[in-house]
Amino acid sequence: MNAMTTGSDAFLARYDGLGGRLPGRDGYVAGLRARAAEAFRVAGLPHRRLEAWRYTDLSAVAQAGFTEALTLVEEAPALPPARAPHRAVFVDGRFAANLSRMPEGFRAVSLAGALDAAEGVLGSAPEQGLALVALNTMLFEDGLWLDLPEGTDGGTMELLSVATHTDRPIAFHPRHIIRLGRGSTLTLIETATGPNGAAYLHNPVYEIAVAEGATLSHVRLQREGRKAFQLSTVLASVQAGGTYDNFTLNAGGRLVRNEIHTALLGPKAACHMNGAQLAADGQHADTTTFLDHAAPDCASRQTYKTVLAGKSRGVFQGKILVRQAAQRTDGYQMNQALLLSEEAEIDAKPQLEIYADDVKCSHGATVGALDESQLFYLRSRGIPAEEARAMLVQAFLTEAVEGVTDPLAQDALAEAVEGWWEKEAA
Amino acid sequence: MPAVAETIETVQSVTESGYKWGFETDIEMEFAPKGLNEDIVRFISAKKNEPAWLLEWRLKAFALWQKMEEPDWAAVSYPKIDYQDAYYYAAPKTKAGPKSLDEVDPELLKTYAKLGIPLKEQAILAGVEGAGETPAEAFPAGGRMPVAVDAVFDSVSVATTFKKTLEAQGIIFCSISEAVQTHPELVREYLGSVVPQADNYFAALNSAVFTDGSFVYIPKGVRCPMELSTYFRINAKSTGQFERTLIIADAGSQVSYLEGCTAPMRDENQLHAAVVELVAMDDATIKYSTVQNWYPGDENGVGGIYNFVTKRGACRGARSKISWTQVETGSAITWKYPSCILQGDDSVGEFYSVAITNNRQQADTGTKMFHIGRNTRSTIVSKGISAGRGQNTYRGLVKISPKATGARNFTQCDSLLIGDQCGAHTVPYIENRCLSAKVEHEATTSRIAEDQLFYCRQRGLNEEEAVGLIVNGFCREVLKELPMEFAVEAQKLLAISLEGSVG
Repeated sequence: MNAMTTGSDAFLARYDGLGGRLPGRDGYVAGLRARAAEAFRVAGLPHRRLEAWRYTDLSAVAQAGFTEALTLVEEAPALPPARAPHRAVFVDGRFAANLSRMPEGFRAVSLAGALDAAEGVLGSAPEQGLALVALNTMLFEDGLWLDLPEGTDGGTMELLSVATHTDRPIAFHPRHIIRLGRGSTLTLIETATGPNGAAYLHNPVYEIAVAEGATLSHVRLQREGRKAFQLSTVLASVQAGGTYDNFTLNAGGRLVRNEIHTALLGPKAACHMNGAQLAADGQHADTTTFLDHAAPDCASRQTYKTVLAGKSRGVFQGKILVRQAAQRTDGYQMNQALLLSEEAEIDAKPQLEIYADDVKCSHGATVGALDESQLFYLRSRGIPAEEARAMLVQAFLTEAVEGVTDPLAQDALAEAVEGWWEKEAA
Repeated sequence: MPAVAETIETVQSVTESGYKWGFETDIEMEFAPKGLNEDIVRFISAKKNEPAWLLEWRLKAFALWQKMEEPDWAAVSYPKIDYQDAYYYAAPKTKAGPKSLDEVDPELLKTYAKLGIPLKEQAILAGVEGAGETPAEAFPAGGRMPVAVDAVFDSVSVATTFKKTLEAQGIIFCSISEAVQTHPELVREYLGSVVPQADNYFAALNSAVFTDGSFVYIPKGVRCPMELSTYFRINAKSTGQFERTLIIADAGSQVSYLEGCTAPMRDENQLHAAVVELVAMDDATIKYSTVQNWYPGDENGVGGIYNFVTKRGACRGARSKISWTQVETGSAITWKYPSCILQGDDSVGEFYSVAITNNRQQADTGTKMFHIGRNTRSTIVSKGISAGRGQNTYRGLVKISPKATGARNFTQCDSLLIGDQCGAHTVPYIENRCLSAKVEHEATTSRIAEDQLFYCRQRGLNEEEAVGLIVNGFCREVLKELPMEFAVEAQKLLAISLEGSVG
């Protein structure tokens, strides 16, 4: 109980100490930060007595004693090869202009440098009261701000987050704002990496607004270092006829929480949320989704697959809320877990909360091991055991991975999954 | 104009609540003073002439309860309960407990007759013609059996039928108060062994103030020759009913147990906080069926029973089996999670549930399956129906421990919505720590399909009948698990519960 208090205290002390050194100290941002700090002071770091956190324990985060990366690294970190023509690179949570290649034709900037213009935009997504969002608001230093005007084709762009410090545990809380005007489109492929030996905390918050008829395809590949913590929160809203697609791969980190809140606010809005979680020895991977059907005739599809090797733990919590106005909602959610080891644990909590009667909503969940008869079938055809296992795991992931249609994203994803299998599970 | 009379009749039948069990019996009662404190606990214990260990057990529960907080995680809302504003003991005045049915107050016999539960050792449960004064042995094996009934009226058991017939086979079926006197060793060994005093807020309250309930012991290898049943009736005003039921099925035995309940229509809310504990030893089977028909309150949500119940069964022995079947149509609020602890290897847990909420009823119900032993299996089938402004939640847990190799669970939760003012919610929890376990969960939510309705109406059914038919079909998987006498009753109840929900 004390650990919890100390955990929030440590972050609050950073806020009190840094005060004026955080960007936006003179304007409206200072007010936002102060309110967030107050909310965080009251709520504290989430703990397991909260229903939304019953399976994920943050006491390791509370005890780590993170500080900020006050100095910028001189040396450019090793970056994965560029896949798209444009990329925004963040090193320890700060925009690295020299490593980035920003698109033109719409606003694509570092948030820290454009705070004045972001008044009314920053902090406008709902759920600002979530403890981790408040923590982010209180301490964010930078982030990516994309704003696509009506009818823009934003193409494909990469967002890269790289952690570098290895000498002490650092924390960074980037705040990304992605807004798509009417009828605009964008594919954003995001990769988060860091050194395997460093215990750092990456706590990003995404404020995403998709206007009428716009389409955002958001692919997130989480490949943080093995001692890292990543706690991410996506706050998305979709207007009439718009689409938000989110695919998240959780493959790295020691303790990872991928929390997505999507609100479908206009008729015929759509949302696809898919994901794969791959956890090996000592890893904890948590995906928590909340889908708010607030308008009629919307559709949502969710498919999440979890593969657990070694002594690992996987968590899936997914809630679909259908409000009374959301007649003719079509909602579907599937989450499946595959256990590869005796020591793995999976906790799943799919949830439906429905207040409209003309709806079609369903969810399914399965948990199990690799099918012995399928393994036998492959082996009897001369395929070595390891290869057979890999094939079956690949097949298991297919349904979730299929949702990713961008070829660049597909490549990145395939590489990440193979990399995980070779290093961790095989 | 004959049409007028018909119209009046129709209007009456629509506006009249379908709750036919809402009458009150005028009978001389004895109450404990209002309120709840240690003295009340002592009063109840003294009233029942209990041994010292049981009083201590109650007092410990009371002390624990005082330190606990009322749970608020269920998806139900109700004004704060004033636990001091109720009577915790209310019993019909009698001389030292009835020895035989002839001594039971005729007023009580009439009450049960009116409820369709004749306390004579002749008839079968409601809806089925009595078979005359036929001894149980005359019924062919596998044929329709009579039902032995323990009748609980407010705080006490007023009669238990067929005791002699059952005793001949060594079966103990009596009120728990009687069991405390006649079989203290059994009660002491098993009471609280499945639901400990501090298990939850309402279980702790029950442990402190439980007044009566049924006790069943089936000896080794005995297959109980008839259905056992308890009929609970809340009658007095401002009372709560706190019954405690304990069923022990020794190795190789089998028993099927039914439970029914009703209460008068009142505009106050009454609390029913029961605890049911089941223990199944090696190869034993317990089938526990409930048709819960407490007064649900009126269409505006005034009155009705708060049904806050803890039911749990322990499959202690290998190859044992506990099966819960419930049809929940009554109560203003239902908070109930009949569960199975599957300790014995190859043991089986089942949960079949139909829950209906109409008007302003709220139900938060489901089950917990704890897989501990190897090759344990569980099946959960839950059908929720929401109409009017009802809110219906399925909440369940399937937990598989690392040693439960080969464990298997299948869960299916379907919800049906009738009308756009109601809600249907599903909250399943799956926690698996075993590689070789297999867990499957499926849930769907939809409304009655237009084409199904059209099909029925086209064949001359009116809308209400059509809905009744479709709902019965929707619930079939669960209803077929009920003993036949109950199944008939349950189907009628479904129709009544949904009255006025269409059109």
